[in-house]
Amino acid sequence: MMVNQFLVVAAALFALGVYGLIVRRNAVMVLLAVELMLTAVNINLVAFEAVIRSSQAVGQVFAIFVITVAAAEVGIGLAIILMIFRNRQSANVDDFSLMKF
Amino acid sequence: MADSLVLAVEAGAPNLVAGGVFAQWAGIMLVLPFVAFLLIIFFGKRMKYLGAELAIGAMAIDLLWASVLFVQNMGTGLFREEHFEIASIGVFDGRSLVFELGWLVDGLSIMMYFVVAFVSLLVFIYAVGYMHGDVRVTWFFAALCLFAGSMLVLVGAPNLIQLIIGWEGVGLASYLLIGHYWEQKENSSAAMKAFYTNKVADVGLVLGAILLGLAIGDFSFSAISEAAANHAQPLEAVAFAGGLLLFLGAMGKSAQFPLHIWLPDAMAGPTPVSALMHAATMVTAGIYLMARTFPVYQDLVGGEAAREWMVPIGAITLFAMGLLALVADDIKKVLAYSTVSQLGYMMTAVAAGGYTAGLFHLFTHAFFKALLFLGAGSVIHAVHSNNMSDMGGLRKEMPRTFWTFVIGSLSLAGIIPLAGFFSKDEILATLDHEGYQTVMWIAVAGAFVTAFYMTRAVALTFFGSYKGHGHPHESPAVMTVPLVLLAVPSVIAGFLNIPGVEFGGLGNFTSWVGARVVTIGDHHPEGIDWTLAAYGLAAGGLGIVLGWLLYGRDEETQAARDLFEIPVLYPLLRQKYYMDHMALGLVGFTKGPSARAVDWINTYVIDGAVNAVGGGTRILGRFVYGGLDQRGIDMFFNGVSAATDSAGLAVRRLQTGRVQQYAMGFVVGALVLVLAIAVFN
Repeated sequence: MMVNQFLVVAAALFALGVYGLIVRRNAVMVLLAVELMLTAVNINLVAFEAVIRSSQAVGQVFAIFVITVAAAEVGIGLAIILMIFRNRQSANVDDFSLMKF
Repeated sequence: MADSLVLAVEAGAPNLVAGGVFAQWAGIMLVLPFVAFLLIIFFGKRMKYLGAELAIGAMAIDLLWASVLFVQNMGTGLFREEHFEIASIGVFDGRSLVFELGWLVDGLSIMMYFVVAFVSLLVFIYAVGYMHGDVRVTWFFAALCLFAGSMLVLVGAPNLIQLIIGWEGVGLASYLLIGHYWEQKENSSAAMKAFYTNKVADVGLVLGAILLGLAIGDFSFSAISEAAANHAQPLEAVAFAGGLLLFLGAMGKSAQFPLHIWLPDAMAGPTPVSALMHAATMVTAGIYLMARTFPVYQDLVGGEAAREWMVPIGAITLFAMGLLALVADDIKKVLAYSTVSQLGYMMTAVAAGGYTAGLFHLFTHAFFKALLFLGAGSVIHAVHSNNMSDMGGLRKEMPRTFWTFVIGSLSLAGIIPLAGFFSKDEILATLDHEGYQTVMWIAVAGAFVTAFYMTRAVALTFFGSYKGHGHPHESPAVMTVPLVLLAVPSVIAGFLNIPGVEFGGLGNFTSWVGARVVTIGDHHPEGIDWTLAAYGLAAGGLGIVLGWLLYGRDEETQAARDLFEIPVLYPLLRQKYYMDHMALGLVGFTKGPSARAVDWINTYVIDGAVNAVGGGTRILGRFVYGGLDQRGIDMFFNGVSAATDSAGLAVRRLQTGRVQQYAMGFVVGALVLVLAIAVFN
C-alpha cells in the first residue's frame, strides 16, 4: 500500500492550517486553523499505522489522544476567546497584543 | 640572713673579726632614717616639733650604733658583710649575676657611718632652731631623713648596685632640699642644676659599675677588692676605663672641676642642708667611692694609670676653686668654694695613692665644715642676709657663734694643733712621698688661699662695724650647742692620726680605716715631716696675716673694705672663670645648633621617609582606585551591564505581543531547521 498520497493530503492540510494560523485575524478562525493542523497530523499517524501495522495499533491510539487533546484545547481556547470578547467586544487577535514590552 | 660572709684571717688580708650583734644588725642603721621619713610624712604635722623629734631620734640611735661600731673597730678591725639576694639579673659570659642588698661593716664604712650620723644629728638639732616658723618644716625634716638615710645606704652598700641606689637617693634628696624654697625661680633652677650636673656624672658611675661588675661577674666590693689584690686578668683589662668612669661619677658628686658648677648654686637651700651636704652626706660620696674601690686603683696597672689622670683634676679643683672664694660676697658661697677646694685636696690625695690621707681629710673636714656652715647659718639667722656686706662687727653680739666660727676657720686654715693641720699635713706628706712635688706646692699655695679667704670671711663678718639692718642677737641654744659640739672634734679630731702615734693597742685612724677585706698598701709615714708641716703652717699663717692686713681695717661700707681688685684676675674670678657661661654655652649648643640639626634630620630625613612612604602609598592608592578599580574592573562590569541593558532594549522590540508574529517566527524557524537538515545532511 502506498502511503504517499496520504502524506501529500496531510501536508497540504497542514500547510492550510499554518496559513490560516498566520493570516486569519479572527481568533475563532485561528483556532480552526490549529484544528486543521492537528487533523493533518492525525492523518499522518493513521497512514503510517496502516503501513507499519504495529501489534498494538499505536498510530490509532495516538490519533485518538490527539483528538481528545484537541477537543480540550478548543474548549479552553474558546472559553478564553469568549472572555476576551466580553471584555473588549472584539475577537480580533491584533487587539489582544497586551503581552509585549 | 641569707648567707653571712665572714672573712677573717686570709693570706694578705688584715686581721679582722666579725664583730658582735651591732655589726650583724648594722642594717637597722640604714633603715631607721627611712622609717622616720615615712612616720614624719604621715604623723609629723600632729607632733609638737612637727616631726623633727622623729628625725632626731632616728639619727641619735644611728649615732649611738655607729659609735659602738667605731669603738669596736679600734684595736682589731671589724669586717662583716650581710646581704640578701633580691633578684637574679641573669647570666653573662657564663657567670650568673645577682642583685643583692645588704650592709657592709668594715673600717671605711664604720668611719662613714659615724661621720654621717654625727653631723646629721647635730644638723637636725640645729635645724629645729633654724627652721622655726619656716614653711614646710615637716617636709623639710622628712627630706633630711631621706638625705641622711640615702647616704647611709650608700656608705653601707656591699656592692656597686646598692651604692648606685643610695647615690641616686642622695641626688634626689639634695634636689628636694636645695629647691626647698621653690617659690623663687632661682632656687628651683639651682636644684635642677645640681640634679642635671650630677646626672651627667652618673652616666660614668653606672657605666663604670657595669664594666667592673661584668668583668669579674660580681658587683660586690669584696669580690672586686680581692680580684684587684690578686691582679685578676679580667679586672686588669677594664681597670683603666672602669676607674676613669667611676671617677667621672665621683667628679659629679664630689664637685671636681669642671663638674663643680652645681655646688655653689646648691647654697639656695636652707643653711642646715648646705651644712649636711658639704660635710657629710653628699659631696663626700665621690671620695668615698674612690676609697671604696681603692684596690682597683692601687693594685692594678690600669687603675694606677687612671689615677695619673685624676691628680691634675684634683689639683685644679683645690687651687682654682679656692681662689673663687676670695671674691664671693655671699658667706655661704665662700664656704661652698672652700668645700670644692677641700674636696680637691681629698681627691688629689686619693688619686696620688693616699687612701688614708684623703679619708682623714674627709673626716676632719666634715666636722669643721659643718661647724662653719652652721655658724654662717647662725649669722644669717641673725642678720637675715647671706651677704657679708650686710654683716660686720658681730663678734660682740654673737660671741658663741664667733668663737666657734673662728675655731672652724683656723682648723680649715690648717693651724696647729687643730684638726685641719694634721689632715692637710698628711696630704702634703703623701704628695711628697708619691713624687708629686709640683702638686704638693700647689697644695701649699692652696693652703695659703684657704687661710686668706677664711680670714677675709671672719674679718668681714665679725670685725669692723655692723653694716646691716636691725639688731642682731645670738642664736638660741638649740643652734649654738651643736656649734660647740662640732667645735670639739674640729679641735681634737686631728690627734686621731698623728703619724707614728698609736693609742696603746687601739691603733689610730690609719689602722681603723685600713680594716678592709684586703690590705690597703698606701704609704704611712713614721712621723710628722716637720719641713712639710712648716711649709703648710707658713702658707696658712701668711694667709691669715695678709688677710687680716687687707680686711681687718674698718670702712664706712663693706664694699670699701672689700675693695681690693687685681686687674684681669678679679673679673675672671667674679665670673667664676666663666664656667657657668661655658656650661650654658654647652647646653645652648645642644639646645641650639645640635637641636636644629636633630630637627633638620627629623624634618627632612625621618619625616621625608615617612612622607615619601605615605605619598607613595597615596599615589599607589589613587592609581589602584582610579586606574585599576574605577577604570579597569568597574568599567568592565559597567560595560557588561550596559551592553546587556542596550541589548535588552534592542531585543525587546521583538516582543510585539502579536501571537501570529510569534507563530510566523516559529514556522520560519522550523522551515529553516528543516532546510538546514536537508542541506547539511
